[in-house]
Amino acid sequence: MLALDAAKSAGASYADVRVSSAQSQSVASREDRITNMSDSQTFGFGVRVLAGGAWGFAASRDLSRAEVQRVARVAVQQARANRRAMQRPIVLAPVDPVPDGHWAAATRIDPFTIPIEDKAALLLRANAEALKVQGARFVNSSMFFLKDERTFASTEGTFTVQHLVRSLPSMNVTAVASDMSDFQSRDSAEIAPMARGWEHVLEADLVAKAPVWAQEAVQKLGARSVDPGRYDLVLDPSHLWLTIHESIAHPTELDRAMGYEANYAGTSFLAPPRDMIGKFRYGQDLMNIQADRRQEGGLATTGWDDEGVPADQWLLIERGIFKDYQTTREQAPWISDLTGNQRSHGCSYAQNWSDVQFQRMPNVSLLPGEADTTLDDVIGSVERGIYIKGNGAFSIDQQRYNMQFGGQVFWEIRNGRLAGMLKDVTYQARAPEFWNSMDMIGGPRSYYLGGAFNDGKGQPGQSNAVSHGCVPARVRNVAVINTGRQR
Amino acid sequence: MSILSRDEAQALTQRILGMSHADECRVSVGSGLQANTRWADNGVSTSGDSTNDSINVRSSFGRRTGSASTNIVTDLGLQHAVEMSERIARLSPEDREAMPELGPQTYRDVPAFFEGTANLDPNRRADAANVCIETARRGSMTTAGFLTLAAGAQAIANNHGLFAYHKATAFAMTNTVRTQGGTGSGWAGTAHNDWSKARPAELAETAARKAQMSQNAVAIEPGRYTVVLEPTAVANLLGLMVFAMQARGADEGRSFFSKRGGGNKIGEQVADPRVTIASDPWDPDLLASPFAGDGLPNRRITWIENGVVRNLLYDRYWAQQKGVEPTGFPAGLRMTGGDASLEDLIRGTERGVLVTRFWYIRPLDPRTILYTGLTRDGTFLIENGRISHPVKNMRFNESPVTMLNNVEAMGRSIRVSASESSDVGQAVVVPPLRTHDFNFQSVSDAV
Repeated sequence: MLALDAAKSAGASYADVRVSSAQSQSVASREDRITNMSDSQTFGFGVRVLAGGAWGFAASRDLSRAEVQRVARVAVQQARANRRAMQRPIVLAPVDPVPDGHWAAATRIDPFTIPIEDKAALLLRANAEALKVQGARFVNSSMFFLKDERTFASTEGTFTVQHLVRSLPSMNVTAVASDMSDFQSRDSAEIAPMARGWEHVLEADLVAKAPVWAQEAVQKLGARSVDPGRYDLVLDPSHLWLTIHESIAHPTELDRAMGYEANYAGTSFLAPPRDMIGKFRYGQDLMNIQADRRQEGGLATTGWDDEGVPADQWLLIERGIFKDYQTTREQAPWISDLTGNQRSHGCSYAQNWSDVQFQRMPNVSLLPGEADTTLDDVIGSVERGIYIKGNGAFSIDQQRYNMQFGGQVFWEIRNGRLAGMLKDVTYQARAPEFWNSMDMIGGPRSYYLGGAFNDGKGQPGQSNAVSHGCVPARVRNVAVINTGRQR
Repeated sequence: MSILSRDEAQALTQRILGMSHADECRVSVGSGLQANTRWADNGVSTSGDSTNDSINVRSSFGRRTGSASTNIVTDLGLQHAVEMSERIARLSPEDREAMPELGPQTYRDVPAFFEGTANLDPNRRADAANVCIETARRGSMTTAGFLTLAAGAQAIANNHGLFAYHKATAFAMTNTVRTQGGTGSGWAGTAHNDWSKARPAELAETAARKAQMSQNAVAIEPGRYTVVLEPTAVANLLGLMVFAMQARGADEGRSFFSKRGGGNKIGEQVADPRVTIASDPWDPDLLASPFAGDGLPNRRITWIENGVVRNLLYDRYWAQQKGVEPTGFPAGLRMTGGDASLEDLIRGTERGVLVTRFWYIRPLDPRTILYTGLTRDGTFLIENGRISHPVKNMRFNESPVTMLNNVEAMGRSIRVSASESSDVGQAVVVPPLRTHDFNFQSVSDAV
């Protein structure tokens, strides 16, 4: 309240303050060694103000009375300075104040209550299991945990306290050919980071899965190098979530569509909004894409966003047609005449107390089909194709048209059956054509929630943590190239 | 809050070391200000000033080590970090690769702190933004850009008497201009420790000119092209090769720098004989830290000399195993250039593609350091020594090794903003390059 008062007395028409106390812990290993065990905590606050219609933001780790007042004044001075280069005054969408809001991630076991030596022991056990596989030469594994208590208050009367938790166990196994002429790796791509506690580590069961990943790394050494050409692809959900992230979740960010990220993250092919909303065919009728900040376990799940807007759930794409963007309070008025929605969808987020909040994606997911289609059904439907599991190298242009994705493991499909492992597989596509070629998807039982901690955007760059749910999908006639032919 | 002076840093690190009960303890302190102003759609969009201190404590009992970080610089906060690092160390398994802390070292100061950068307040930043905005407006175009600076101090001390201190500033300024209707886009950027080296008007003009020139690009057939890479594009790719130069990975057989049959490629020719890449903290255009994270003094190191691998990256453990001097991490990168200007390189090109910068660069195959990515914000066809017309952006699947093997000509080296995100990153000085048979895989419709 001191910060808000100081900002108002300095001339702010609106102010919000975020106080965050975050603790993270990581344990890393290779083979039979622990290479890092560390604990980190960071505490501080950031004040954002509107003065004369322009934003200002300042932050500090020092919560003394004098420093809080200084920081609030610096934020207002900044807003005043920014007025000299202002295009138009900022107008915020309305929000109902939440005077005393509390929210916590749905976790069962606080990972910080588990002794760190137990975490180290589990990693070493899993490494030992991987190295029992003949040909598996190196293994790295790690665990990362974060908890973040975020308090938010605004001059509009909102006060919320939220507890975020994130966990990620991971592993990477490398096999090296006996004459050192080749090496291949397999990582634990199916184990997604999640907003869950220690129970996520237990269910991930690195010890049981390590030999499978190790065997696949070894198998990749002897796998057939893919023949480039056009194939029908069956994309496992452990792979498809990243394609959704890059070619749906990013293009539907309104700040991109309006040019606000042109200098780094890029713009969007979904622009201008008046030509796109309700008109652009993204995919076939089976394609429904939901944005959701309420989904249990989702990394972008929250009670309220970082400007006090309640968590929302809405369709970005309905029956293949683009319907709506992701918005913040500043952005909602830009398209309210097109959407009829005066309110923000609640997509404001800052990675830390020291960073200004801006538009970041919610959990964005492909909804399952109505039929109870399984992965086997999808594979069984393909005459000549490739089944891709796990995410590999990914790259997409700054308007999200030209995309190229690899994977962890690849199997040839012949007459509806897996016919042998392939390697050096990467597919290239133009995003709208790719999604319009998706003509079969799995049912509710095949749903999987993937995600990432490192969704990068903004200047200075900030990392957003986000989940993407999806089901197995068949995509017709996609260009596959061979990335191993340059040797 | 001010930036810690040498005396203050020494007092703080000694205070923390005084709390230690470990056999060995190392304290690393970072202190300072990060500030930025962003603009988009011809107006400032956000800005920020953030001050922070970060403390890392690394404690060891015998071969057991743990570390803890905090930014709570009270006795209680510091005590907590020390105790946490010691608790983790006691619980940690013994590490047979643990290296003892270094004793006292001698460091030669690097004059990397510039008041003119540290004092770049919101008004002056908004003025710089306005130079870009006014230039774009005059041409009926829109600009989005970013000016960021860091001003701070780093210190390392341990209970063997080592103390290291370095104070530095750095800034990066980048600007993208787009034409109305979005058919053209141009970029320009720069970075340095010293703001007086910035030329905002030149940067604004370059981006605006490129935006206008790049309108209505036409697609050309993907394939292998001679390319003229502007220095930023060279820097985007060069770092990828240097980061792949870990000696241990090479010796373990999982790197491009692994030698078939065992060992590594030190002494082998991997690039054109004109290619020399070195790190030098005192280079006036690099001004990197004089020490690495463990307190190891940084020195001038040549990685590639006349195309031959002279050094790989050795940490202290691997260096000891192999009986060589540790190198630490590269303290800035300089690739030696030639005398030609960018215009000279274009004039000498019969048919080729001029690339302003690359984007979304990701690894495809570590065996060849093969990467993918795309051109953006100014891609042009050169015919008969002149830019003939803008071309659509293209995806490359190519290795920096090939780029450095196929060199035809090099221009003068300059400091660039090398990171895709335009954050203040590692100092990189590179020349523009003309190199042949650069592999473009497909066309992108993105502008």
